[in-house]
Amino acid sequence: MTRKATLMGAAAMLALMPAAALADPAPAEGERERGSSGHLNIIYWQAVSTMNSYLSGGTKEMNAASIVWEPLARFDNEGELVAWLAEEIPTLENGGVSEDLTTITWRLQEGLLWSDGTPVTADDVVFTYEYCTHPEGGCSYRDRYAGIESVEAVDERTILVTFEDATPNPYIPFVGAGSPIIQKAQFEECMGARAPECTDQNFAPIGTGPYVVTDFRPNDVIQFEANPNYRVPNQPYFQTITWAGGGDATGAARAVFQTGEMDYAWNLQLAPEVIEQMEAGGQGELLVDFGPLMERIEINFTDPSPDLPDDERGTRLHPHPILTDIRVREALSRALDRELLTEIGFGPMGQPTCNFIVAPPAMASPNNDDCLVQDIDRANELLDEAGWERGPDGIRTKDGMRLELLFQTSTNAVRQDFQALIQQWWREIGVDTRLRNIDAGVFFGSDPASPDTYLKFWADVQMYASLFEGTDPTPHLEQRRCGREPRPETQWQGQNINRYCNEEYDALWAELNREPDPDRRQELVIALNDMFVQDFAHLPLVARGRVSAKSNTLGGNIMNVWDSEHWNQAEWYRIED
Amino acid sequence: MLNYTIRRLAMAVPTVLIISLLIFLLLDLAPGDPTAQLPLTIPPEVREDIRMALGLGDPVLIRYVKWLQLMVINEPLHALANLTGWNVAPDTQRILSWQTRSPVGDIIAQRIPQTLWVVGLGYLFGVLIALPIGIISAYKQYSWFDQIGTFISMVGFSVPVFFTGVVMILVFSVWLGWFPSMYDTTLRVTNWETFVRQVRQMVMPVAVLALFNAAQISRFMRASMLDNLNQDYVRTARAKGMKEQVVVLVHVLRNSMIPVVTVIALGIPAVFSGAIITETIFRVNGLGALLINAIYANDIPMVQTLTFIFAVLIVLFNLIADVLYGILDPRIRYD
Repeated sequence: MTRKATLMGAAAMLALMPAAALADPAPAEGERERGSSGHLNIIYWQAVSTMNSYLSGGTKEMNAASIVWEPLARFDNEGELVAWLAEEIPTLENGGVSEDLTTITWRLQEGLLWSDGTPVTADDVVFTYEYCTHPEGGCSYRDRYAGIESVEAVDERTILVTFEDATPNPYIPFVGAGSPIIQKAQFEECMGARAPECTDQNFAPIGTGPYVVTDFRPNDVIQFEANPNYRVPNQPYFQTITWAGGGDATGAARAVFQTGEMDYAWNLQLAPEVIEQMEAGGQGELLVDFGPLMERIEINFTDPSPDLPDDERGTRLHPHPILTDIRVREALSRALDRELLTEIGFGPMGQPTCNFIVAPPAMASPNNDDCLVQDIDRANELLDEAGWERGPDGIRTKDGMRLELLFQTSTNAVRQDFQALIQQWWREIGVDTRLRNIDAGVFFGSDPASPDTYLKFWADVQMYASLFEGTDPTPHLEQRRCGREPRPETQWQGQNINRYCNEEYDALWAELNREPDPDRRQELVIALNDMFVQDFAHLPLVARGRVSAKSNTLGGNIMNVWDSEHWNQAEWYRIED
Repeated sequence: MLNYTIRRLAMAVPTVLIISLLIFLLLDLAPGDPTAQLPLTIPPEVREDIRMALGLGDPVLIRYVKWLQLMVINEPLHALANLTGWNVAPDTQRILSWQTRSPVGDIIAQRIPQTLWVVGLGYLFGVLIALPIGIISAYKQYSWFDQIGTFISMVGFSVPVFFTGVVMILVFSVWLGWFPSMYDTTLRVTNWETFVRQVRQMVMPVAVLALFNAAQISRFMRASMLDNLNQDYVRTARAKGMKEQVVVLVHVLRNSMIPVVTVIALGIPAVFSGAIITETIFRVNGLGALLINAIYANDIPMVQTLTFIFAVLIVLFNLIADVLYGILDPRIRYD
């Protein structure tokens, strides 16, 4: 008996040796088995509406779909491209990208299976392209497949994508959580106008990812189970997931930090002091990472005066009477205390910034940090130089015109705090600011008949946050080219919100769009950024982080701002004490 | 009486039709855009395609007629088919939610159970608590019981549910850990253990709603009792030598119930419309949460369908209240 116990003890010791050798108290990866971590509870206070991210466009749907559907390649937490369903990343060096930059050849991993057991083939990839580009389908990520001439299946596992023009960044279609591969067999009957009618398919898509949907209730809750055909034999570690939705952000934070009912909560955009109090609950920790999302004030270069006819108001026909003077724009920027704004509005979830392109870190310009310090005196000097003189009420006037600005934004507690502070600072430099806030549903809507959208911009300045997909800012920089501004001829669509127009900028952007060399691209992005912000064409305020929370017993998750937060869902596990 | 009921029912049809047209036009005129909530990374051209795919391209009256046909013919048939398994559902289009791209009727059917359980029980308990409190408070006016009852109902009246709800969560979920702060809609009651879990997750939202409802109804009950207690017929009843119990619980109560029944009946449609704030705080995901969510997302088909159902219920319960009047009070029998 004793001998047996000793032997068993020795055997146990031996088994434990490799684990003990690691500094990490968690068992080594190889020892964990599929489903060994049991059940995971996730809360999305904005509930998921559909599992078909192509029909939604919302981040919440993209995240939920990302644990079922997967792309050929995706971005890791550093923003680096990693092969996912593809064998490797095609590049110029390995011949995957053609010399003239017009084609890219992807090769699928061998032996990939859908969760229903059928093989993944190049046809599925081609079908994905056809599904999303169907003119009547209303696919939200259609722009990812823009500029493609054809997508062909060369053989069972090889896909050839041909672009219309030389494309220095070919890693947009089929890359990242926004353009995953869908199964042809399942969605064949759901093309175009029939897409929304395929409720069963849209709610329980078949994928290659670590999980399959077992129950989907729109805007309420999703149940997932481990995919029996997942390509990594011992993953995913959690057998089942309940992906709850609904309630509010406070409730979601409470469930992770204070009651421990939930293991992971997404998008906790709460007041910094609320987060701090909740964190004191001690059951979880806040996860923050910074991506391209940036809160800014856009400055209107055109005249939004209501005296102008509707089809000329806010168009380049009428330059802004005040804000076309760079000295005024610079004064408005100098008067801001970005550090204070960040502290009040976002706390640890924000960073003050002076850049248009705030991420990835290598592309963020180091040349503009002087704006971080508030300088009311300099601002006053600038306005004096520009000929604006203070009147008896402290507001400046020039040629009988008062320095009066209409400042609009969406209805949101943090934005209204910002407005009040900024109004105060601008008052100190003799600028009278009228504030306006508009319901987000209207403000961010793109109804051409509404006078209140951020696109129409019938105000002098406006504040909101914007971002770009993936790690390549080229399309985001493209938006500020001449001719891309919203105007009546384009039904007020377009993303050159401030109606900026600078030939040098356009020329530099054209150079960026042709440049395949990554280092040179980086330089060009920084140069474009500097040109734009040193022109004070808009006033960057705060780089905003992605904020989620996880329970102390949840391990393996790595926050990722470049892709879905659930990009490595298969590797999440339960930390046992 | 029957004649009257039939006449009222016939009147209800055009009323509901007019309401539906008004709802439709109001929502159409209201500003807002179903693609407004999408991330700004989605370009405007794509947004325009999404709007077209949602059917926003048609003129408003055509959309109304299409919707009405689906609403009064197809959807009820589908609901019938789902309930009975009887294969009557037409194999045609249904009203699709813009947010989920799935039939509105199915989502509503999914949400009804938790709403009825939580909001319905909150209402039922509210009424059950309110009636005795109202009766006793009136009968023993200005006694300590009346004072406490008045105090509690004032608290219930004046303290909003978003306050009581959060306080309850802090006390009972965070500090004491007795009840979950989030409602689990996937829970199926199959045995004793799951029944206990269901009760535990319902306690807090039901309590919050019961307090709120009881506060309102008990005040009505008390006021109505007081009106009647001083009437001549009460003195007559007492003079006839009737027991106090009979005087209060038969004579006075029956008369006092007339206005209270109206209040209670008219409150029932509100049960179906859910309790938006309570549902959000406790993550119940009932019809109230569904409605507010659809409003935020500009999911117009969902909002139209829900408000239309609420309108039908309100018209229906108005009718029921009128009929109950007749039953309680022989003087008003409309013959």
